[in-house]
Amino acid sequence: MSEAVRNVLKVENATMQFGGVVAVDNLNLEVNEGEIVSLIGPNGAGKTTAFNVITGVYAPSNGRVYFNGECIVENYPRGKMKKLYKGEHAGEYTHSIEPTPDRITQMGMARTFQNIRLWKSQTVLDNVLMAKHMRRTSNLFSATFRLNKKEEQRQHDEAMELLRVVGLENVKDELATSLPYGKQRRLEIARALATEPKLLLLDEPAAGMNPQETQELTQFIGEIRENFHMTVLLIEHHMDLVMDISDRIYVLDFGKLIASGVPAEIQNNARVIDAYLGVANDAEN
Amino acid sequence: MDAFLQNCLTGLSIGSIYALIAIGYTMVYGILRLINFAHGDIFMMAGYFMIICMTDLLIPWYLSIILVIAATVLLGVCIEKVAYKPLRSAPRMSVMISAIGVSYFLQNFATYLFSAQPKSYPTIGFLSKTVQIGNISTTLVTFVTPLLTVLLVIALVMLVKKTKIGMAMRAVSRDFETAQLMGIKINSVISFTFVIGCALAGIGSILYFIPRSSVYPLAGSLPGLKCFVAAVFGGIGSIPGALVGGFLIGLSETFIKSSAYSEFSDAFTFIILIVVLLCLPTGLFGEKIKEKV
Amino acid sequence: MLSKKTKKICTAAALVALAAVIVCVGQFTKSTSMLRTVFQLGAIYALLAVSMNLCNGFTGLFSLGQAGFMTLGAYTYAVLTIPSASRAGVYYLYGVAPWLEKLELPIPAALLAAGLVAALFAYLIGLPVLRLKSDYLAIATLGFAEVVRIVTASSPLNRVTNGSLGLTMIPGFKSYYGIFAVVIGCIAVIVLLINSTYGRAFKAIRDDEIAAEAMGINLSKHKQMSFVISSFFAAIGGALMAMYMGAISSTTFTIAVTYFILLIVVIGGMGSVTGSILSALLVIASREWWLRFLDQPLYFGTFRVPLLKTGFRMVIFSVILMVVVLFFRKGIMGEREFSWDAIYGFFKKLGSKKKTEVQAK
Repeated sequence: MSEAVRNVLKVENATMQFGGVVAVDNLNLEVNEGEIVSLIGPNGAGKTTAFNVITGVYAPSNGRVYFNGECIVENYPRGKMKKLYKGEHAGEYTHSIEPTPDRITQMGMARTFQNIRLWKSQTVLDNVLMAKHMRRTSNLFSATFRLNKKEEQRQHDEAMELLRVVGLENVKDELATSLPYGKQRRLEIARALATEPKLLLLDEPAAGMNPQETQELTQFIGEIRENFHMTVLLIEHHMDLVMDISDRIYVLDFGKLIASGVPAEIQNNARVIDAYLGVANDAEN
Repeated sequence: MDAFLQNCLTGLSIGSIYALIAIGYTMVYGILRLINFAHGDIFMMAGYFMIICMTDLLIPWYLSIILVIAATVLLGVCIEKVAYKPLRSAPRMSVMISAIGVSYFLQNFATYLFSAQPKSYPTIGFLSKTVQIGNISTTLVTFVTPLLTVLLVIALVMLVKKTKIGMAMRAVSRDFETAQLMGIKINSVISFTFVIGCALAGIGSILYFIPRSSVYPLAGSLPGLKCFVAAVFGGIGSIPGALVGGFLIGLSETFIKSSAYSEFSDAFTFIILIVVLLCLPTGLFGEKIKEKV
Repeated sequence: MLSKKTKKICTAAALVALAAVIVCVGQFTKSTSMLRTVFQLGAIYALLAVSMNLCNGFTGLFSLGQAGFMTLGAYTYAVLTIPSASRAGVYYLYGVAPWLEKLELPIPAALLAAGLVAALFAYLIGLPVLRLKSDYLAIATLGFAEVVRIVTASSPLNRVTNGSLGLTMIPGFKSYYGIFAVVIGCIAVIVLLINSTYGRAFKAIRDDEIAAEAMGINLSKHKQMSFVISSFFAAIGGALMAMYMGAISSTTFTIAVTYFILLIVVIGGMGSVTGSILSALLVIASREWWLRFLDQPLYFGTFRVPLLKTGFRMVIFSVILMVVVLFFRKGIMGEREFSWDAIYGFFKKLGSKKKTEVQAK
C-alpha cells in the first residue's frame, strides 16, 4: 500500500533575468512532503536568486511556483522584459501573480539568509517573538490595551520552546549580536520556525561552521524534519552535510539545472564533478 | 503677450538663481548621498556677508563680490570638515540629522548676530538700472542672471567632463569606496565639491538679494527647499538637470504668482516635489541606481 | 535582578513622587512662574518627542512632517473650541463660515477630533510616500508639512481658519493639571503600543525590513500604522500647544519646530521613550529657564561680558545640539529604557567600588 506523496513545492520553468543577465534559466524543481532537498552549485550559480524567486523577493521574469498544489507565483515577460527575454517557454504563461514575501510566509514558507539577518538591537528571545507576530489573532487595539494576554503568554511559551529546541534558552535575554556565529545561525533557524511554516528554506546554514558544528547541524536538521514534520529545501556548499542529509539534490551551474537525483547519482555525475565538486573538494582539502 | 514674455524673463531669472543653488545640492548629494539641509542657510549667510562688506566695511562692490564668494566657500568647507566628515562612516540618518543641526545653528547664529529684523541689502548701482527690451522693461540684473548662469553651468560641465578633478568627482559619485581604493584623495574631492557648490550659492545670493533689498535669518529656508525640489526634478546628481529643474521651478512659480492662485505658488512647488518623487524618482536627467538585495 | 514585586513598588512610588511634584508646582507657585512654564511646555514637548520617536526612532521612518500634523491638530482643535460668542470677534475680517458658527465641542472631543483629522491626512499621504527611501521620505514629508501650512492660511479657507490672521481666544483646560493628564495618557498608550507585539514588529522593520518581510510582517501596512499613530499624537501635541499659547497662526509651526523636536529626540536617544521625556524636560528647562541668562547683558562691575545678548541662548543651545549629534550620537539613553535593574545595578557597582577602596586602605 503506497500513500500518495504530497508535493509541497514545485518550481516550473522559472527564469530570472536582470536586464540582459540570466541569473536563473528555466529552473524546474520539486520538493515533496517530508523530504530534505538540497540545491547546490558553484558561487554565482543562481541558488539564492532561486530562493528569492520562490519566496517572493523577486518576481520571476517567467514561470510559476506552486505551493501545496496551489499556484502562488506566476509571471511572464512584459514591459521592458518583453524585448530582453532570452529564456524558453516565453508564451506559456499569461497571468501575473506577484505576492510580497510576507504573503508567502503567511502561506507557510519560511527562510533563513545567506548573510545572517537577525534583528541586531533585540534580544535572542525577542528575535523569535517578533517572528510570532504574523500568527497573531489580536488587532492593534486589543494588543495595545493588553486584551490579548492569553495569546501573548502562548506565543511567549512557544518561543521559549523553540529556544530550547536550538539550545539557546539560557541566553534568551542576551543581545542577538553577542552570540557566537554558529549560535546566531541556530537562532535564525529558530526564528524561521516561529512562523509555523510547512516548508523551511535554509540558505547556507552551515556557512562558517567548523566540522564539529556542521555535524551537529546535520543532526539538527534531521531532528527538525522529525519533530516538526518539516519539509526542507536547503542551499549548501558543505558537501558532507549535503550528501549526509539530502533525499535528493539539484545542481545549478550558471543558472541552469545540470543534474538532479539522489546523492549517490550526483556524486558520480561527470558534469557535476566537472563544474563543481572537483573545485569544492580541493577547497575543503 | 507682453505680460507673458515679462513673466518668462522673470521666471528664467529667478529660475537661474534656483539653478545655481540647486547645483550645490545635487553635487553634494551625488558625492556624499547627503541632502545638505544647511545649503539654503549658507546662501542666507552669504547675503549677510555682502551686507557686512559693503554696508559696514564700505568695501567697493567689485571687491565685495570676491570676498563674499570666498567667505561663503570658507563657511561651506568648514561645515563639511566639522559636521559631515566625522560622520562619514555613520548611518545616513546621522549625517542628515547633523545637516539639520547645522541649519538650525546657522539660523540661530544669524538671529543672534544680526537680529531677526530684516537688514537692508546694499545696491550695486548699475545692476539696478532699468533696461528696455522691446516692450518689456526690467532691471539689468534680471536680464543678466540667466545668461550668467548658463555660462557658469557650461563652464562647470566642462570642468566635470574634461579635467582630472572632474573625473575624480564622477568616480566618487559612482562608487565611493572603490574610488578611495583607487587612490583618489576623497577629502580633496569632497572639499572641492563644496567649494564649487558654495561659490555658486554665493553668486546666487548676490543675484537674489539685490532685487529683494533685504535679508533676514530665515531667508534661506524656503528658497533652499525650493532649490532642492529643482535638483530632484532635474535629476539628483545631474548638473544640467539642476539647471533645467531650476528654470522649470522658476517659471512655474512666476506664472502662478501672476495668476489668481498666487498664494499657492510655493505649495505647488512642493506638490511637484512629491509627484516627482513618486512617479519619476530619478528626475528628468537622473540615472537609475540599481539596488541589489 | 530585582523581584517583580519590588519593581512594581518602586514604579508606584516613583509615579506618586512625580504626581506630588506636579501637584506642588500647581498649588504653590504663581500662575506666571517659570517652573509652571517649564513643566507644562516640557510635558507638551515630551508628547511631541515621543510621538516623533515612535515613527522615526522605533520604526526607522525618517519623517519630517511633524509641523504639518501639529498645524492640522492645532487648527482643528482651535476651530472647534473657540467659544461661539467670541467667534465674531476673532473672525472680524472674513466672518465665520455658516456651518462653523455654532459648532462647538467640549475640549476632550475637540482633542480627539484634532488627532483624527491629522490621522486621516497621514493615511492619505502615507500611502504613496512611505515607499520612498529614507532621505527622500524626509524631504517629501517636509514638503507635505509646508503645503499644509500654506493651504491652512490660504484665502479659500478664510472663513474657517481666519486666513493669515490666525486664531485667538483659544480656550484651555480650566485646571492646571489638564495638560498633564492628556500628555500622560497619550504617552502611556504609546508605551503600551511599543511594548506590544506591534511594537516589536516596528522595531523589526527598523532593524532589518527585508528580514521583517520574510518573517511575515507586511511592511506597508505596519509602516502606515506607525506613521498614522505618530501623526495622531503629534496633532494632539499641536492642539495642546494651541491651548497653551491661546493663539496660533500658520507661522506657528514652521519647519524649525520640526527640527527642534527632532533634536530633542536625538538628544534623548532615538528609540528610547524615557530618553525623549527626559530630553524634552531638560531642553525646555534649558531654553526657557537655565540658559535665559545668556540673553541678558552681564556686568562684572563696569566690565561687560562680551557675547551675551539676545539670541545667544539659542546659539549655545544649537552648539550643544551639534556636540550631541557629533559626539554622543546615541543620546542620553540610546535605545535603553528606564529600568529599576539598571539603577540598582548602578548603585551596587558604586557600593562595591567604595568597598574595595576602603579595603585597599
